[in-house]
Amino acid sequence: MSRGRRDMAAALPARLDRKMVRDLWAIRLQALAIALVVAAGVAVHVVAAGMLDSLQETRDAYYDRYRFADVWAPVVRAPDSAAETLRDIPGIASVQTRVREAALFNMPGLSAPATGVMLSLPEAGLAAVNRIHLTAGRRPATGERDAIVLLDSFARAHTLSIGDTVTATVRGGREQFRVVGTALSPEYVYAIAPGQLVPDPRLFGVAWMGRDALEQAADATGAFTEIAFTLQPGASEPAILDALDRQLAPWGAPGAYGRDDHFSDAFVSSEINQLDTMASLLPPVFLIVAAFLVNVVLTRLIAMERAQIGLLKAFGYSSRAVITHYAKFALVIGFVGLALGLGGGVWLGRLMAAMYIEYYHFPFLLFDLPASIYASSVIVTLTAVGGGAVLAGLRTARLSPAEAMRPSQPPDYSRALGATLARWRRFDQQSRMILRHVLRWPARAAFTLAGITVSGALLVSSMYFLDAMDAMIDAHFNLANRQDVSVTLVEPRSRAALHEIARLPGVLAAEPVRHAPARLRFGGHEERIALTGSPQDATLSRLIDSDGLPVMPPPGGLVLSRDIATPLGLRPGNWVEVEITEGHRPVLYLPVSNVVTTLIGSGAVIDINDLNALMGESDMITGAVLRIDPDRADALYTALKEAPGVAEVGLQNEARRRFQEIMDEVIGASIFIYTVFAGLIAVGVVYNSVRIAFSEREHELAVLRVLGFSRGEVAYVLLGEIALLTLLALPLGAALGAGLSWYFSQAMSSDLFRLPFIIDPSTFGYSALVVVVVALSSGLMVRARLNRLDMVAALKTGD
Amino acid sequence: MTRTRTTAARRFRSDGPACFETRSLSRDFGEGPTRVRALRGVDLTIPAGEVIVLLGASGSGKSTLLNILGGLDRATDGDFKFRGRDMTQISETELTRFRRDHVGFVFQFYNLMPSLTAQENVELVTEIATHPMPARDALGLVDLTDRADHFPSEMSGGEQQRVAIARAIAKRPEVMLCDEPTGALDSATGVRVLQALKRVNRELGSTVLLITHNAGVAAMADRVITLADGQVREERVNDDPIDPEALTW
Ligand SMILES: Nc1ncnc2c1ncn2[C@@H]1O[C@H](COP(=O)(O)OP(=O)(O)OP(=O)(O)O)[C@@H](O)[C@H]1O
Ligand SMILES: [Mg+2]
Repeated sequence: MSRGRRDMAAALPARLDRKMVRDLWAIRLQALAIALVVAAGVAVHVVAAGMLDSLQETRDAYYDRYRFADVWAPVVRAPDSAAETLRDIPGIASVQTRVREAALFNMPGLSAPATGVMLSLPEAGLAAVNRIHLTAGRRPATGERDAIVLLDSFARAHTLSIGDTVTATVRGGREQFRVVGTALSPEYVYAIAPGQLVPDPRLFGVAWMGRDALEQAADATGAFTEIAFTLQPGASEPAILDALDRQLAPWGAPGAYGRDDHFSDAFVSSEINQLDTMASLLPPVFLIVAAFLVNVVLTRLIAMERAQIGLLKAFGYSSRAVITHYAKFALVIGFVGLALGLGGGVWLGRLMAAMYIEYYHFPFLLFDLPASIYASSVIVTLTAVGGGAVLAGLRTARLSPAEAMRPSQPPDYSRALGATLARWRRFDQQSRMILRHVLRWPARAAFTLAGITVSGALLVSSMYFLDAMDAMIDAHFNLANRQDVSVTLVEPRSRAALHEIARLPGVLAAEPVRHAPARLRFGGHEERIALTGSPQDATLSRLIDSDGLPVMPPPGGLVLSRDIATPLGLRPGNWVEVEITEGHRPVLYLPVSNVVTTLIGSGAVIDINDLNALMGESDMITGAVLRIDPDRADALYTALKEAPGVAEVGLQNEARRRFQEIMDEVIGASIFIYTVFAGLIAVGVVYNSVRIAFSEREHELAVLRVLGFSRGEVAYVLLGEIALLTLLALPLGAALGAGLSWYFSQAMSSDLFRLPFIIDPSTFGYSALVVVVVALSSGLMVRARLNRLDMVAALKTGD
Repeated sequence: MTRTRTTAARRFRSDGPACFETRSLSRDFGEGPTRVRALRGVDLTIPAGEVIVLLGASGSGKSTLLNILGGLDRATDGDFKFRGRDMTQISETELTRFRRDHVGFVFQFYNLMPSLTAQENVELVTEIATHPMPARDALGLVDLTDRADHFPSEMSGGEQQRVAIARAIAKRPEVMLCDEPTGALDSATGVRVLQALKRVNRELGSTVLLITHNAGVAAMADRVITLADGQVREERVNDDPIDPEALTW
């Protein structure tokens, strides 16, 4: 003991507290290992709960302050007067009409066209619904023709500032705009271009301009193309959607929708749900492990200090005083863990908030820990470790002073579970010592086993996400959507347009697509969907069944993805009512020929000829999917940017690249963090188990050395047990990890995507490797002590 | 395994140098003002095949000497030879081999493995020794064949100590080093333990070094060495050692 520490302990008034500090110092590494497990649990809690809280608060405040719409109702074109009567629908709070028009931005430095939208701002005053948050500059002045406010992320991605000009194609007309401001919008917290899976700020732009100017650009003078509403609290959204659809039908309304179907909000909500799952699932695992560790370590300490405890009691210390004494150990460990966990959690939370703000564009996102999370961390942690300590301490209460001071008998192995089993002649004596030790203290061995199993399972389940993402990418890009580029036209055109597109430079293959908004009704339920008409022999964009084979509906039939079919209760063979909310709005009955699971997005596919026929039109298309020659991509992009009829260009090739990039960045970082945390559990459990086994068996091991066993042979007796338990834990961890992964695949799937339950063998391998390395290094730390074993000292006592 | 005393004793005695030879062996513990000089220049020659009793007051250095001779501890100064071979310079690994192949230890506290039965405790050593006797035979030598399958927690102190002796002798050690083997036992049990040691000396020809606080035990020794203050105060050869059976205390 160094002098400094002795002085520190000596500064405490109560002698019992000095003992506590010195005892704690003696087991400092074990205590630290436990504190780190506590810290990991607290940190996960702080990050997940804190992030959840911050995101929710920020979202709610942002939506509220900027009057984020509850309901959107697009129309083809409607006169302003049409909006007047809508105000009277019960439950509607405010109404804002506007013009929305697709735009293709031609950005210098980006050969591909950036898809986006132009949205109108009221000529005077602020919008009643969906206000923007200016980050620089100003709004367009009344009557200002060419002034736009640009989406902040888009402007930054292209290093545009106030005064710069932007060229965009709107309804075939190429125009130049002047950037007068940049802004964020609650409608574009998560801004993503068509065909993209993750945000690529370069590829998606939003421009706000004066109403009059946009009306002209979009051929909608005196009209609007979309209305947004906020609802009164308690209003019934379905009823309002119905009313809107009825009243707006004459204006070619494809169907009103609520926040559930709003792309940005759906993403934000799904993120919040995932945080919620994480916040409730993981911290308890860490805290339970910590409580067990405290219990096991203190139980051992108490066993070693039996005589001292007896003495204390003989002096007149009460049982309660003794229990309190041991509870203080746990409190010190708990507080150290709390401090590390809170500090680390806040630090990680800030990093995470900084990461979030890159993908979720809020005007502000502060990682802020409310007092309630501090309080719950402190209470839960201290209850867990304190509980573990008190349970251990209760043993001292049963210890009578006289009994405590008698030397302990050699532990009785004769009655151990399976003592006869371990007589099996095939083992050498050292292996028997290991086996009997495990069988003599089955609860302790079980705990060690459980700890290693849990840490292995956490590793498997965190890396499962990578496997699931890989499977998702593969299914989405390599099987279902093999096109490089998809083109959406401003309005439906005849099949001749397909040939024009196919003749563009660099196009290797082009397949037609006819999209139509529709509503499916079955068994009293209704779903709003986008119906896709595809050719029978589609090779690029199609639905894929569970065998990885493309599924096309037979003539007259419909193939649905499971996320559409399930809420309606639809099965293959059912006939479903389909109302197409475009054109003359036909209502028809179609058989569902197949239901398939899509991992990303949803799909409702019909033969394009059937769709054309049902809509009473000739061979119309609304777009095309293309396979292109990568070397001539630039030429194609240039042509698309100039093509008059093109509204949107989806870049699947870019989407894939970007998705991979984000996966590596974000998921890689979180996997690393989880690996560290799971590793902490393994270290905490293994190091403590070995360390306890060592102090319990120090004497035996010294005797083995005396008898002429080498250090390696003695280490085998000590570490063989942990090796055995680790080997047993590996398959258990794999199984539990698979179960946990399955749970995550269910809990984390949303309307937007479904995590497939696929675990790559390498995930098991890597997890096993981490567990083994951690167990090995914990073992080696104790092995170092083994090398310094003092044989002579060990022989002086009977133990 | 039956050898007469004379042949066995002759085997070790005749074929070479003394079992142990020490020259100004010293051992200091600690440094500076807290330094304890446990041994201060011990010169001894211990012939092979004898029973030697080490006497001396508490703190006189008996255990320290025995630990050094057995390769559990190292001298601070001086050197010693085991059967003519210098032991002070050898490596840790060689010391381990030395203990494994040549030395049987018996201590005041029996130091059995609680998780192994009596026979298994003996087998623990026979598994690593070069020319061991069957574990059963070793237990037979201490009259414990019938307790072979009992765990230490199921045996009395004297029985545990005899298992410890069986464990020590099973490897047919050249030296038995016994630090107060009867210290925790009553007189009748102690006598049985001493008989076992004597029998090993007689039948295997092992040199037996025995520390005791009981001067009466000296009567069974071929040679009695008395330590005081870390030095040899007296060395006496006993021409007519008696059988331990005749001892009482
Ligand atoms: N590890 C140690 N550190 C410091 N001093 C020690 C240590 N081991 C022994 N000593 C001291 O060395 C001296 C000799 O000790 P040793 O154990 O050899 O005595 P002993 O003759 O065996 O006594 P006893 O009959 O009581 O067993 C004693 O003064 C003892 O205090
Ligand atoms: Mg002694």
